Amino acid sequence: MSTPALATQQADVVIVGGGGAGCSAALHLAQRGARVVVLERGLVGSQASGVNYGGVRQQGRHPAELPIARRAHALWQRLPELLGTDCEFEVTGHLKLARDEAEEADLVAYLDVARVHGLRLRLIGRNSLHRDYPWLGPRVVAGSLAPDDGAANPRLLAPALARAAIAAGAQVLEGAEVLGLAHDGAGFVAEAAGTLFRAPWLLNCAGFWGGKIAATFGEPVPVSPMSPLMLVSEPVPWFIEPNLGVVGGNVYLRQIRRGNIIFGGGRGENDPAIPYARALPGPAMRAMRLASELVPALAGVQIIRSWTGIDGEMPDHLPVIGASATTPGLLHAFGFSGHGFQLGPAIGAILAELVFDGRTDLPLEPFAIGRFAGTTASTMGDGT
Amino acid sequence: MSAPVSTVAVVGAGPAGTRAAEVLVRAGLRPVVLDEAPDNGGRIFQRPPPGFTRPYEALYGSVAPQARALHAAFDGLRGRVDYRPSTLAWHLRPGTLHTLSDGQAGQVDFAQAILCTGAMDRVVPLPGWTRPGVTTLGGAQIALKTQGCAIGRRVAFLGTGPLLWLVAMQYAKAGATVAAVLDTTPLATKARQAPALLAGGRAFLTGLRMMAWPRLHGVKVVEGATPLEITGTDGVDGLRYRGGGREHVLACDAVAMGWGLKPETQLADLAGVPFDFDLVQRLHLPRRNDAGRTPVVGIYLAGDGARIGGAELAELQGARAAWSVVEDRGLPLDLPEIARLDRAIAAQAGFRRALDLAFPYPHALAAEMPDATTLCRCEAVTAGELRAAAAPHDLNRAKALTRLGMGRCQGRVCGPPGAEVLAAALGCEVSEVGRLRGQWPVKPVPLSMAAE
Amino acid sequence: MTLVRLAETARARVAFTLDGAPAEALEGDTLLTAILANGTHVRTSEFGDGARAGFCWMGACQDCGVWVVGLGRQRACATPVRAGMEVVRL
Repeated sequence: MSTPALATQQADVVIVGGGGAGCSAALHLAQRGARVVVLERGLVGSQASGVNYGGVRQQGRHPAELPIARRAHALWQRLPELLGTDCEFEVTGHLKLARDEAEEADLVAYLDVARVHGLRLRLIGRNSLHRDYPWLGPRVVAGSLAPDDGAANPRLLAPALARAAIAAGAQVLEGAEVLGLAHDGAGFVAEAAGTLFRAPWLLNCAGFWGGKIAATFGEPVPVSPMSPLMLVSEPVPWFIEPNLGVVGGNVYLRQIRRGNIIFGGGRGENDPAIPYARALPGPAMRAMRLASELVPALAGVQIIRSWTGIDGEMPDHLPVIGASATTPGLLHAFGFSGHGFQLGPAIGAILAELVFDGRTDLPLEPFAIGRFAGTTASTMGDGT
Repeated sequence: MSAPVSTVAVVGAGPAGTRAAEVLVRAGLRPVVLDEAPDNGGRIFQRPPPGFTRPYEALYGSVAPQARALHAAFDGLRGRVDYRPSTLAWHLRPGTLHTLSDGQAGQVDFAQAILCTGAMDRVVPLPGWTRPGVTTLGGAQIALKTQGCAIGRRVAFLGTGPLLWLVAMQYAKAGATVAAVLDTTPLATKARQAPALLAGGRAFLTGLRMMAWPRLHGVKVVEGATPLEITGTDGVDGLRYRGGGREHVLACDAVAMGWGLKPETQLADLAGVPFDFDLVQRLHLPRRNDAGRTPVVGIYLAGDGARIGGAELAELQGARAAWSVVEDRGLPLDLPEIARLDRAIAAQAGFRRALDLAFPYPHALAAEMPDATTLCRCEAVTAGELRAAAAPHDLNRAKALTRLGMGRCQGRVCGPPGAEVLAAALGCEVSEVGRLRGQWPVKPVPLSMAAE
Repeated sequence: MTLVRLAETARARVAFTLDGAPAEALEGDTLLTAILANGTHVRTSEFGDGARAGFCWMGACQDCGVWVVGLGRQRACATPVRAGMEVVRL
């Protein structure tokens, strides 16, 4: 870290990780005049936020996440104004399906959660459901439609956020792996791309690898690498309007206007050290069976590609968001456990408020890193 | 506890795969031989369906003896190999090939796999190339060889390389009308390699005869041609090109086009074999040594699926890779035979290199294709869209932003010309933009294959 | 696209249907040959850029997909025609 040959650059905020959270933080901070540097090991959006399913969904989220999801929803609708592109975001509705009575009870129970948070939901009984969506399979007994939810092209979001951030004055460095990270008493020092970046603020937006950063600052968390598995079919005539999910989440599918059906379920394999991630045939074939059960017309359709990436998964499936418990100036936003894509645009706004205003209106207590206090090395995931 | 898997899998039953299986059987092994086609022979020695009557000489021309020998060799293996025709290998993980056969998913567990996956035509997209009536050179040849059909009444042959001249000659001999042979390589480029090509001996003479044939039979030949557009309304009615400093329109109702071949490397990629950029073939190719071994334990490569070298070399490499498997399993070796193979493989190097240089991929033509040209025919992505998205030096990022190479063929067709377009737009070397990453399935598979 | 039969024309005839209309092929034809012996294209691009009639003839380019009733989507170049097949162009 003290190699004299390295150039030094002073910034207000150093952000580690160029995913949806990191790039949106860069945008919001730069818009308020901060000198921001994003350090991204690969290309922006290479992992979880760039290679996911593309669901932009509020329905079914943990109640603690709903306020953030609501705020994100408002930002998604303003993407053309914020980023100059809509990232193919479309409000298609999200239809969550029940395949037995127990699952139907789950849908009913969530109605109250949604009402509290102002999320519009409409429960649809069996007969109406099959009338409105005649392509659904016979096992489906009920559905809950969130008309304001939708989907977007995940490959476009992080690059668009990064472009907007750069236009607002942020520096986004790709291929800039962080080789050293410390707080030297005066501020944070990050070594990357042959430079020492110094800043009073450090934002940990490093996805699964965020666990390693947290551990560096004395607050290890039990984060594991997860690779949600995705498949895409050839284009077929468009007939599925809503983004489809099921209670329990073992399969989800949507059709884009071009005709391809994107679906997922189960997990792929990964090695975060490379990093490497690939869909696994066994779980993929289970997802194929579940998808054809949901929409039987899919049986004759062909799969043309599979993919996955690496996200950080927390034991309670809630991300870590907020201030470090050990190091002033360090803010975390990682471990989105496979459902951070929709939240991304709002995470940046929240982090910018924490930096500039020292507070945010959204309740972050459920996401505090302190909930893992007492975690020891033996219970930690691979990344710590 | 189940016994450890000891199977050797051979993927592909063409020249390389047949000779690999032959060596394995000789060593006392019973390999599983997977082939996507319903019958063996690969593409070059593809057998016509049952009931076809043309003799070998009509089907395979000057290489009829090799075709006959390869088919006989394979026939001699029947019953001694676990032969699975009409079986697609759509994914490879360590020790397992995932397959599709008769609509059902399956798998083959292996200790060693020799990938002999063959090749397809390498093309340069040009305006109009997606029209009905335009095929690859290989496609035009298969139509004639295995279906007895010409792709049109008046066929233009466009591209470069031995296959261009071969297929044009085969069409003319079969009674089709050849509108012209348009070779994008100037005569001088080919002539420069003549001394080195002499090393090819009989193959060189065959090639010279092939290239002389159209002229001797009154067929129009243009060397150093620059294709501009394939025109037509529903199909093809002409080919616009530049030659001798002027623009011409060739009347034709079909175009067969190809600029050499490119290996089908998808399984090697999924297996984790590293790729290196090959300056001569201008492609990223899987790494393997002369004995067919790759850096991935248990994965061996042979034939055109690893690097284009033609059928004769493929047969030698298939046998050689199989001997590597035999050696790695600790079985007795035929050292004189291995030495003979090594010499024969080495002896071809100079000729193959000269052939690559004599018929270069016209990368500038690809790089300069008009913006409106459909570059990715699966996803209908134009060259202009790729150029507009050309931000980072990375073909995969360009794919993510434009859908180039994201369709049914996974970039097999548009990958190499796409790399040229992107590199030219960025002002960098084509080696710097990388290659399209593969994902399974290597070819589309039906959802219903997963049914229990 | 007009396919021209130059050889092997003495094969038995095979009846199939193309988009519901009766059509005839020869035994040993692939669906690609069978369709192009009865029409000028095999499929239409989903993205509005016109008709296609295959390209590589070797199962690589994936540009000759057709729907066969009972079999689902098939690569026409790699599927032999059978008597009674109901083939639908997409």
